[in-house]
Amino acid sequence: MIEALRAAWLVARKDLVVEARSRELVYTTLFFSLAVILIFAFGFVQEGRPIEGTAAGILWVALAFSGTLALGRAFEREREAETLRALLLAPVERGAIYLGKLVALVALMTCVEVVIVPVVVLLFDAPIGRAPGLVAALIAAGTVGFAAVGTLFAAMLIRAHSRDVLLPVLLYPITVPVVIAGVRGTAAIFAVEPNLALARMWLTMLVFFDVVFVTLALWTFGAVMSE
Amino acid sequence: MSSATFDFDRVEVRDVSRHFGRRRALAHVTMDLRAGELTGLFGPNGAGKSTLLSVLSTLMMPTGGAVTYGGRLGRDVGDVLRGRIGMLGHDLFLYGDLTALENLEFFGRLYGLDDVPGRARAALAAARLDDRAHDRVSGFSRGMRQRLALERAILHRPRLVLLDEPFTGLDDASSVALAARLSAVRAAGAIVVMATHDFDSAEGVISRAWYLRDGRASALSETGGTLRERYRAAIRQAKA
Repeated sequence: MIEALRAAWLVARKDLVVEARSRELVYTTLFFSLAVILIFAFGFVQEGRPIEGTAAGILWVALAFSGTLALGRAFEREREAETLRALLLAPVERGAIYLGKLVALVALMTCVEVVIVPVVVLLFDAPIGRAPGLVAALIAAGTVGFAAVGTLFAAMLIRAHSRDVLLPVLLYPITVPVVIAGVRGTAAIFAVEPNLALARMWLTMLVFFDVVFVTLALWTFGAVMSE
Repeated sequence: MSSATFDFDRVEVRDVSRHFGRRRALAHVTMDLRAGELTGLFGPNGAGKSTLLSVLSTLMMPTGGAVTYGGRLGRDVGDVLRGRIGMLGHDLFLYGDLTALENLEFFGRLYGLDDVPGRARAALAAARLDDRAHDRVSGFSRGMRQRLALERAILHRPRLVLLDEPFTGLDDASSVALAARLSAVRAAGAIVVMATHDFDSAEGVISRAWYLRDGRASALSETGGTLRERYRAAIRQAKA
């Protein structure tokens, strides 16, 4: 177990070092998510007043789309020099490789979220101050759930010719529960009459999805990566 | 069982076939690979050489037949078997955004090796890249990457060394140096299997040669001229 966690940490740290050098994923994902938010702002903010109840949906659309972009590119790097095969040849549990990739992706998405959440709050008057911890927990749990499924599918599709098309086609239907729970939970906080108990219920659902998705992915990763 | 406690001196390939849908990549391949031998795999593009290396590496499961390592099936040994296998792929398995030293140290730690910095330094010296240790691999020439990739593949002193086109992109001097390095690895008791089209570089290095065509393997004659001549004779025989 400790060996697997150590290997996962090595893989995650390697991914983060590579990203810190190139900054390719952070910049691309950040630019894309900001563009999405701005386009929504042009449509939903009139005379400086946003349409009520849109902030949560826009935030999660930006998170999901930018996450998909990051997923595809993160595994494209492993494909270019076939380094994923080198990782799979290492004498460690293959679940550790998955876990390392997942941790790095969650860290990357978190960096992007640190920027885009304040932008959404600013442009759409989202009252995040009502329960900042709860919003952060919803976003964190949603990110883990989305990345857990996405990491597995992106790894599975690494040798597929049409992987860029297939990834969102496979990913979005499976992660619908995560996105619904995230949007509903966040909307419950941002609503004119906030319902924090409802938000906590959606957070519990998200944590449940996370546990299920991560467990299933750890269980199946080794098998699906066998050629 | 740790990778240090599992070892083998023979790999047996028995009636191995591999299909990709309706396409046959390997058909009933049978061969024995022994410690201290360097086996060359020759054949036209698409003959099945890389597929055979992937099957030997455990990355790919055969559709039929079996590969045993010291008499044991790969799935029975588990993860530790991979710690006794080193592979140099055609795409080199290196991270371009990491330095040469970081690449070696990353894989050294992933394999759970002791004295990783020392081993990495020694590997850099063997690759004649000491002075480029802190340079990113993306700035290296193909030959430099090839040398580094070989050292990465054998950093953990594997018993089974699998090489896919190791002479690609090397100049004459580097090819000679690589051939000498492979001879040393072989002499140290490794089972080396190399797929290549470079007959000149392979001549004098390999101890046994196999010819693959349409997924079928046959041993090349050990006499009858140079490696290239024997290969051409095998092609003629196959076409006859």
